[in-house]
Amino acid sequence: MNTTLAVNCKAITKHYPHFQMENIDLSFEQGTVMGLVGPNGAGKSTILRIIMGLVCADSGSVEVLGYSMPGDQVEAKRDIGYISEDMRLYESETISFHMEFIKSIFNSWDDEYAATLLRRFDLKKEQKVKGLSHGQRVKATLLLALARRPHLLVFDEPTTGLDPAARKDVLNEMMNALEDETRSILFSSHNTLDIEQISDFITFIYNGRIIESRNKEEFLDGWRRLRLINMENNPVPGLANIREIQTSGKLCTVTLNNYNDTIPEQFTSAGLSVDTIERLTLEEIFLSNVKYAREGSA
Amino acid sequence: MEHNFLLSQTDKRPMYQQIMEQVKQRIAVGDWRPNTPLPSIRELATETKVSIITVKRAYMELEREGVIFTQQGKGSWVNDSQDLNELQRLELRQQVEKVIKLAKSLNISEDDLVEMIKKYK
Repeated sequence: MNTTLAVNCKAITKHYPHFQMENIDLSFEQGTVMGLVGPNGAGKSTILRIIMGLVCADSGSVEVLGYSMPGDQVEAKRDIGYISEDMRLYESETISFHMEFIKSIFNSWDDEYAATLLRRFDLKKEQKVKGLSHGQRVKATLLLALARRPHLLVFDEPTTGLDPAARKDVLNEMMNALEDETRSILFSSHNTLDIEQISDFITFIYNGRIIESRNKEEFLDGWRRLRLINMENNPVPGLANIREIQTSGKLCTVTLNNYNDTIPEQFTSAGLSVDTIERLTLEEIFLSNVKYAREGSA
Repeated sequence: MEHNFLLSQTDKRPMYQQIMEQVKQRIAVGDWRPNTPLPSIRELATETKVSIITVKRAYMELEREGVIFTQQGKGSWVNDSQDLNELQRLELRQQVEKVIKLAKSLNISEDDLVEMIKKYK
């Protein structure tokens, strides 16, 4: 049992008739934020469900906060807050009803924090669920999870469908929940900006496989786009880490991963001159990864 | 305490560099005197809503540049050997380096560059 890791998955596989998940290794330390990125259908929600013990993996091991899943899920879930689209609130009941309900199950419930969150989220606890907007529903479920003060928060697409103000509120409270070194967050998002902003670690998933999983700074640092000028039409060196080459006349743009300082020289010694070297946003890395993965499997 | 770090989405530089610059500015204008304690990494991260690892990196780079000093497990402080003037000189040197690089890529000779600088006196 390794309690310094918030999540520790080893070699998880899961086979569905039309979807295979192979050899998923995923781990991160307590006190940090792990963001899962990947296109629709890549397997992000499946991984989160396996981690929550809602889906049983065909093979491999899953430990969450030191608990083995799904075996110890009853104990583990006391300390995990899970939020996903398929969580339902009782439509005809009020927010207050849900707060009392959760409080009666979890003795870690913090009344004061709940009141603060109601205020920050601008929610009225007498309001019935059926009258809530999408943003208010997300905030209400977030409140119900946060006020329990769990050590791990697991969010499946928390910011999807939110307007910029609601999105900011949700991200702010996610960061506020990291008050000490023992609180961790695992979340998935299509919104690469959210992941880029608050994650300490990033895992990129495509088609049931992990393409990259590393610390965010290294992740973003590893990718570069080089704008090259190729006056003599020399062949572009075939470096193994090139992910994309676009040429237009004498101009050539190369996108690559695992960048290091010797790379520009490898192009100049092949007779190409380096015009600029640019960093990539997570969004650009996302698109490049997907394109490369698609072409690789085609 | 609110430190009001504001990061820009249109700024092309990575977030850790933006944090570095905001720390340097606070020192340069004299708001953060030598030996002023910096906010803890976790505190600044939750306040600016930026990942802990990004703030950590900014602090590490600032320490490498000699702007701040860090005691493991205790915190970070503004370096006292770092006076305003020195910091600004460092900034200027970095800007000059950038200019020289750009001039090279545009095939502008050293003499032409010097002439251009003289014009702005």
